[in-house]
Amino acid sequence: MLKKRIIPCLDIKDGRTVKGVNFVGLIDAGNPVELAKRYVEEGADELVFLDITATHENRKTLVQLVEKIAEEINIPFTVGGGISEISDVDNLLKAGADKISINSSAVKNPDLIKTFADKFGSQCVVVAIDSKQFGDEDYVFVNGGRIKTDYKTHDWAKKVENLGAGEILLTSMDFDGTKQGFDVRLLNEISQIVNIPIIASGGAGKMEDFTEVFNETKATGALAASIFHFGEININYLKQVLKQQNIAIRF
Amino acid sequence: MIAIIDYDAGNVKSVQNALKKLGFEAVITSDIETIKNAEKVIFPGVGEASSAMKKLKERGLDIVIPNLKQPVLGICLGMQLMCNASEEGNTKALGIFDCEVKLFPNSDIVPHMGWNNVSEMKGKLFENISDTDNFYFVHSYYAEICENTSSVCDYITPFSATLQKDNFYAAQFHPEKSGDAGFKLLENFLNLRF
Repeated sequence: MLKKRIIPCLDIKDGRTVKGVNFVGLIDAGNPVELAKRYVEEGADELVFLDITATHENRKTLVQLVEKIAEEINIPFTVGGGISEISDVDNLLKAGADKISINSSAVKNPDLIKTFADKFGSQCVVVAIDSKQFGDEDYVFVNGGRIKTDYKTHDWAKKVENLGAGEILLTSMDFDGTKQGFDVRLLNEISQIVNIPIIASGGAGKMEDFTEVFNETKATGALAASIFHFGEININYLKQVLKQQNIAIRF
Repeated sequence: MIAIIDYDAGNVKSVQNALKKLGFEAVITSDIETIKNAEKVIFPGVGEASSAMKKLKERGLDIVIPNLKQPVLGICLGMQLMCNASEEGNTKALGIFDCEVKLFPNSDIVPHMGWNNVSEMKGKLFENISDTDNFYFVHSYYAEICENTSSVCDYITPFSATLQKDNFYAAQFHPEKSGDAGFKLLENFLNLRF
């Protein structure tokens, strides 16, 4: 049986892991290579690294960091942040990343999804969608959640699937940072529209939130950041708890 | 020396990294003599079948690979290209395994992405590996069950998780990305004596 994936996300700035709220008040959360190794030992199923300062100079640092991570870990990992050209993807995959994640650049130029999927295969193209609810509709936001777009989340999700995305990383901005659980409504609505894997993101605060997202939605993975970095939830323990509740989990 | 076949199809670096960690030197190469003379050959690949086949042909590797005598391990797309033909791009493949590659029906989420266990394991690759171990899969096409099937995975339909015939071995999953179980399988391959 296919197992549900627990995915820690590491925000990277100048080669360090950081955590903050809306990019302010960043707290240093450690050396990403060491943190990544710890997560692999704890049983993480996959890792996501997001470069939150995607300047040109920083890009080189990121590629070097990806090389180090690839040498140290033996599970799949995704790298995102500021990716807008074939050469960006090529450099990151050659450095050892398995997948790349695109967000704002895909909204700006949706054909990028098709370009990347044709060249590198859909399996390595993750489209990250930041979504926020307005009345009865959900809208896509870009630039780290700062700019609202005209895309309704439902339409955009279908479009990225059609363009060849291999997976959707769906973040609920309404739930992100609240620690009140994943956005079950949004996840269920989007998974009715697309047939590619969806990773749930935003809102994880306690172990029951993971049970809920796997029992009540079709999400195949759940992503979280600070609750793992600061040791609030140990991944191994979380997976034991999920297994006891008959959720398909890898050990 | 281990040769990892380079035909411009996907992430071969992680295979090399994995071998290094297991204490084996490997070269990433498309040089026919190097491949022919290697102790073992790994044939990786991600991407689309017809364009990958085209790249193999451009390098003359479509003739070389089926005639190799040492142990060969195909991974993911590499495995699919070792079958007769793939529905992806209506591709005639290398025909090492008497097996057809088909697209998953969309009755569940496609691609099959993530960790899954395998059963009915046969052969030396699975020494010290149990049917509760999980491997990392990511694919939309699958090799049917055939006489060369050496383990089975079940997602939407039962399919060949691994294939074996003579000196040719292949895995649909990525052993280089499958944690300890994947490393064990790679080690079993690297320790094969022929």
